[in-house]
Amino acid sequence: MASTEIARQAGEGARAVPLSGHVGFDSMPDQLVNKSVNHGFCFNILCVGETGLGKSTLMDTLFNTKFEGEPTQHNQPGVTLKSNTYELQESNVRLKLTVVNTVGFGDQINKEDSYKSIVEFIDAQFEAYLQEELKIKRTLHSYHDTRIHACLYFIAPTGHSLKSLDLVTMKKLDSKVNIIPIIAKSDAISKSELAKFKIKITSELVSNGVQIYQFPTDDESVAEINSTMNSHLPFAVVGSTEEVKIGNKMVKARQYPWGTVQVENENHCDFVKLREMLIRVNMEDLREQTHTRHYELYRRCKLEEMGFKDTDPDSKPFSLQETYEAKRNEFMGELQKKEEEMRQMFVQRVKEKEAELKEAEKELHEKFDRLKKLHQDEKKKLEEKKKTLDDELNTFKQKKTAAELLQNQAQQAGGSTTLKRDKERKNNPWLCTE
Amino acid sequence: MPLGTTTTTTTITTSQSCVPSLREGMSSGEALVSEADGNGGIMAQQKNLEGYVGFANLPNQVYRKSVKRGFEFTLMVVGESGLGKSTLINSLFLTDLYSPEYPGPSHRIKKTVQVEQSKVLIKEGGVQLLLTIVDTPGFGDAVDNSNCWQPVIDHIDSKFEDYLNAESRVNRRQMPDSRVHCCLYFIAPSGHGLKPLDIEFMKRLHEKVNIIPLIAKADTMTPEECQQFKKQIMKEIQEHKIKIYEFPETDDEEEMKLVRKIKDRLPLAVVGSNTIIEVNGKRVRGRQYPWGVAEVENGEHCDFTILRNMLIRTHMQDLKDVTNNVHYENYRSRKLAAVTYNGVDNHKNKGQLTKSPLAQMEEERRDHVAKMKKMEQEMEQVFEMKVKEKLQKLRDSEAELQRRHEQMKKNLEAQHKELEDKRRQHEDEKSSWEAQQRILEQQKLDVSRTLEKNKKKKIF
Repeated sequence: MASTEIARQAGEGARAVPLSGHVGFDSMPDQLVNKSVNHGFCFNILCVGETGLGKSTLMDTLFNTKFEGEPTQHNQPGVTLKSNTYELQESNVRLKLTVVNTVGFGDQINKEDSYKSIVEFIDAQFEAYLQEELKIKRTLHSYHDTRIHACLYFIAPTGHSLKSLDLVTMKKLDSKVNIIPIIAKSDAISKSELAKFKIKITSELVSNGVQIYQFPTDDESVAEINSTMNSHLPFAVVGSTEEVKIGNKMVKARQYPWGTVQVENENHCDFVKLREMLIRVNMEDLREQTHTRHYELYRRCKLEEMGFKDTDPDSKPFSLQETYEAKRNEFMGELQKKEEEMRQMFVQRVKEKEAELKEAEKELHEKFDRLKKLHQDEKKKLEEKKKTLDDELNTFKQKKTAAELLQNQAQQAGGSTTLKRDKERKNNPWLCTE
Repeated sequence: MPLGTTTTTTTITTSQSCVPSLREGMSSGEALVSEADGNGGIMAQQKNLEGYVGFANLPNQVYRKSVKRGFEFTLMVVGESGLGKSTLINSLFLTDLYSPEYPGPSHRIKKTVQVEQSKVLIKEGGVQLLLTIVDTPGFGDAVDNSNCWQPVIDHIDSKFEDYLNAESRVNRRQMPDSRVHCCLYFIAPSGHGLKPLDIEFMKRLHEKVNIIPLIAKADTMTPEECQQFKKQIMKEIQEHKIKIYEFPETDDEEEMKLVRKIKDRLPLAVVGSNTIIEVNGKRVRGRQYPWGVAEVENGEHCDFTILRNMLIRTHMQDLKDVTNNVHYENYRSRKLAAVTYNGVDNHKNKGQLTKSPLAQMEEERRDHVAKMKKMEQEMEQVFEMKVKEKLQKLRDSEAELQRRHEQMKKNLEAQHKELEDKRRQHEDEKSSWEAQQRILEQQKLDVSRTLEKNKKKKIF
């Protein structure tokens, strides 16, 4: 028997010993399976494709049930993702199925950002899981895994080639999710056109480096069927929930005037192959790939972005604690630095403003000093004028006093004459001296 | 689901006896709040299938993958030497794990307690199992056995640490699970009760590993003695609140009956043997005594079959799951809590432990940003206020100065006016005086002229 992964990992450290009887650990897989069945399974499908390609119908057909939803109109302003979770049960197996639909994909005039909301959604699920995984107190075993396990990409049945929107979107998604491209509404394509279409699509995917999901061929029990199916990709599917009577059976089909397309007829379309591969054979592998490849990639990128490394420059492995502590110290240091910077900035501003105000104050004082000086000058002038006036007054006074003195003298001298004259005048009022 | 392990049921049960439940996942020392439902807030609708879909095949897919991957199990055996540990392991796995080339622990007398591993690869029915047996030679054999459990604890912790580090790497690969999944603890068949060493050991390890206590060399006791002994042991286990491995409850009635039967016979009394003896034409493993053969696989002779069935055929996976979901998580949360809150105020509410350290840092960052914003606002406010004050002061002093200036101006003007008035007055006075003088002069002149005239007249 081929050696198992664990045996290979153990390598030289383990020796093989023969058993002399039935021990009973061959029940381990059953124990494991029982546990899983008790716990229930969970699977999340993302359907990406333009409005009207039959995504919801295909889901209904695949899972033989009517899921929710009204058909959407073409007038959505952007791409939104609607997810619905359902509990299904088949014999003793419980499945929590989440179907995520892209609403409005391909309807906008400018489709450049169409892929963005899809990528964001996928990343958000990874992020939620990562956060849970990184918690100190976590409950991973009861965590409802919302990560997208399979992405069915619906290609419009033009018969020619992939649209550029398809290529762009698939390129953005191929490292994040398992992409299974399918040709939708393939009852619009004839058999010969279909073969050419498939070849064209495959070659375009290859030449653009888009990694689609390959059914695994490493397990002998399913290797053969998987590799055959791989060559039939992309699957051309038809979905229908209506039943038509063919022979004496009711089968799911689409009835046309020229014939009936039977969904489960492998000559008519690849629906059966899709169901086989997606659900019956590889569901578990899809989940595993999502967890071990896509999620790990996301996680690695996220941690590296945050600055985590596995080894320090001397390539000694970091222990988790050291990393966390280092991160934390760095982080605290950063915060403190920021605080300091802000304080500094304020101090700076205060200084500047103070300087400004001081300047203003100085100017004000200068202005008033000038005014004061003007006043002083004015005052001085005034004083001078006053002085001049006073001098004049004095001079005048002196003059006046001198004149008066003279007058008095004159009066006294000619006072008599005046007196006489005055007497005479008195006596001779007719003397005209006036 | 972490790499290397699988999803499992979380049945949080309270056991029927008073033995504290191992499964509740809480270590008694910490009142950690459990969010049993994780993100169970997602609403799901029941849908009925109208036809065969095929996901009932999922279990087969899981089966296939698990066989391809192979299984691993680590079993630890602890007990004094001479209790038949190696013989029991050989009997359990029907192989010569311990042989003359690879002697069992009792043959390797050590001065101090060692912890040693032997790895064997066994195959059966297409299933490969990597079995690791962890021995503790020297356990309980010294005169002073204080701390002889420490190497055991250290070993278990180091395995947890390895797993934690592997799980926490940035670049992760498939991690081998070398954590100890089960510990078989051998109790010497004294018939009286647990020894202090037994109690001490189990108390220290019950929250780190699944302990299955076994009564060794059960063929030295009669069934009644065995019964007594078992009762006594279970009583003591309850008294000391030791949490031994508990069987999970199932919904299946049949299974529950079996489980209850097993619970009644705890701790299991076992006998091991490396030799095959013929009894009544059958070849069986057993121990030959002059008075008969104690058959290993005879349910009436000892509980070996129960142990084997339970340990290997039905509960091996559960042992691994409990180790992963309970013991490892306890270790991890304790380890990480210590790291994150290193140096930080430790009576912050324990609810913070539900966040990852990174989310914790993110939150702290956000808090800090908010704090800084607030600080900035406050500083802005203070700044504005001060500036306003200063400006106000400036304006006030400007107004003051302006007022003074006005006043001085007015003053000056008044003085000016006064001066002007004075001057005018003076001018008026002067001009009137001068006029007067002129008049006087004129008068004088007139008078002198008149006199002259008169003189002349008189002369004539």
